[in-house]
Amino acid sequence: MSQLKDAILSVTARGDKAFIPYIMAGDGGLEKLKPTILKLQQLGVAAIEVGIPFTDPVADGPTIERAGERALANGTTLRKVVETLTSFADELTVPLVAMTYLNPILAYGVEQFAADAKGAGIRGLIIPDMPLEESETVQPALSDAGISLVQLVSLTSTPERMERLTKASEGFIYAVTVNGITGARSSFANELEEHFKRIQSYTDTPVLAGFGISTPHHVTDFSSFCSGVVVGSKIVDSLVNEDWAAIEELVSASKVAAVK
Amino acid sequence: MTSEVKGRFGRFGGQFVPETLMTALQELDEAYDKVKNDETFQEELRYYLKNYVGRETPLYFAERLTKECDGAKIYLKREDLNHTGAHKINNALGQALLAKRMGKKKIVAETGAGQHGVATATACALLNLECIVYMGAEDVKRQALNVFRMELLGTKVVAVDKGSATLKDAVNEALRHWVTNIEDTHYILGSAMGPHPFPTIVRDFQRVIGDETRAQILEIENHLPDAVVACIGGGSNSIGMFYPFVEDKEVALYGVEAAGKGIETGKHAAAIYGGQTGVLHGAFMYLLQDENGFVQEAHSISAGLDYPGVGPEHCHLHEIGRATYGNVTDEEALEGLKLLCRTEGILPALESAHAVYFAANLAKTMSPNDILVICLSGRGDKDVHTISEALGGNLG
Ligand SMILES: Cc1ncc(COP(=O)(O)O)c(C=O)c1O
Repeated sequence: MSQLKDAILSVTARGDKAFIPYIMAGDGGLEKLKPTILKLQQLGVAAIEVGIPFTDPVADGPTIERAGERALANGTTLRKVVETLTSFADELTVPLVAMTYLNPILAYGVEQFAADAKGAGIRGLIIPDMPLEESETVQPALSDAGISLVQLVSLTSTPERMERLTKASEGFIYAVTVNGITGARSSFANELEEHFKRIQSYTDTPVLAGFGISTPHHVTDFSSFCSGVVVGSKIVDSLVNEDWAAIEELVSASKVAAVK
Repeated sequence: MTSEVKGRFGRFGGQFVPETLMTALQELDEAYDKVKNDETFQEELRYYLKNYVGRETPLYFAERLTKECDGAKIYLKREDLNHTGAHKINNALGQALLAKRMGKKKIVAETGAGQHGVATATACALLNLECIVYMGAEDVKRQALNVFRMELLGTKVVAVDKGSATLKDAVNEALRHWVTNIEDTHYILGSAMGPHPFPTIVRDFQRVIGDETRAQILEIENHLPDAVVACIGGGSNSIGMFYPFVEDKEVALYGVEAAGKGIETGKHAAAIYGGQTGVLHGAFMYLLQDENGFVQEAHSISAGLDYPGVGPEHCHLHEIGRATYGNVTDEEALEGLKLLCRTEGILPALESAHAVYFAANLAKTMSPNDILVICLSGRGDKDVHTISEALGGNLG
């Protein structure tokens, strides 16, 4: 069973929606990682997505890309992030989902990474440049370590693909809400509700919306037709500005009172 | 020999891209399969290659260079005589025609030196397609002339200041633009790299180089060449030249990577010689990277070879030992350039000069009955400022 999926289902069972913030590890220094994660889990998030910086982040928009550049300039690496997470793994109450491009994992060694990640509290993994067709190289090691490999489903995925991705996705389904890269958006296409219903029809694994979600209003809107949201660029910006009030507002918007 | 199962060349290649691109790549794959065997498409392509690009290009016997090296007979495949001055137009034109067939009206491309950008801007002007080209901010500065040419041709050039602000970052930005505008835009990738089906498409549009060479040398010498030499950036002029000879075991294939300031300095672009396998820009290939899997900047005097990876088909040809990959430093490339100027009255592109230097040395080890062909991928007019600066002049 997927610990990540269980964690999300236990949130939705209460009537809340799953809120997953994305943070860039090493932005502002690796020493910020522990206090940030501990504070986020206190706010009642369902899981925390931990971004690993990469030199060539093709799926990311300017906000996360710049955060990654700052993290790289600080000397952040996948290895150092895993080490840092491991140092306070016993204080974690929510699962961590790592988001990293494939090459740092290949350089680390897939088996070694899976084993170390488990000890670091990582229960899910998103690899934005590895579509389902190419996942054989990492899948077995991740399964052994109990790490769920989350698939992204995009607006351009054909119905046949959508079904395959949805059924293969572990933990949750990351439904991309826009054609494009990460980053704040002011508007979304109208047909999204249809799109989400179709995805959910294939599976009982929770479907979460991500890419572009940046206001409490977006959070409640999306929550009306999916199990939760991933918020990235807005969280990254708020953390840089130390604007925790904005983060609390976003998380609150996913709670049962707001969603009703 | 080079299998193409799922877009793989042996264990190299693949489709390592965000999910949003997968449907577009499948559409492209299907569209390309259709035109590949469509005689009206091939006829249209041949028409433009002949009447617009100026093909076929000569296979020229370099008599004085041959004398100077005192070894094999050296022939030059004159891709420098193409419209816009390099082999890049073969691919840009082919893909622009393909985009039209697919009903796409907008084109995005990346460029390093600006040669592929100029070729794409040219094809887009010819075929009335809207074009946007991403170029590293560093390269925009270094290659101001080509930026101006692209703008004259009606293309919008966007400087990329992220990452290392060079070719690899321009590819990232072009991929992002494509993901965001997938409905009406085709991405004309400029080399035999990237996710499947690009390495195959680019190779097929460039194989005209090798196909012509094969027919020409048989006509002139009634004998296949003993060796073929081409420079390697992403690997398009070289794979275009090699591919028709891959099954001819008696033809030795030599790819020449850029050794920059010297392999030992770490400032080079020799991905096969000095890199490890990894994933970048959609493909599993040899890649310049550090122990953390972070991609490293490539270094070469020639902007067109300044790329940290190498196309997957070359990785495979290297692994199975069918092709041999050498490397040539900045300084040696300048020697090759001067040699060709002096002996043949031809100013090669700095990229092609790498092949010239390597081939001149190779020829010396061969017998006078042997035949060696150099792929002269482009002309050097674009490089005069860089060359003058490197030789201590002050043109730039
Ligand atoms: C004249 C010339 N030769 C060679 C190259 C290298 O590219 P490739 O390896 O794809 O042929 C370039 C790239 O810009 C070029 O302009």
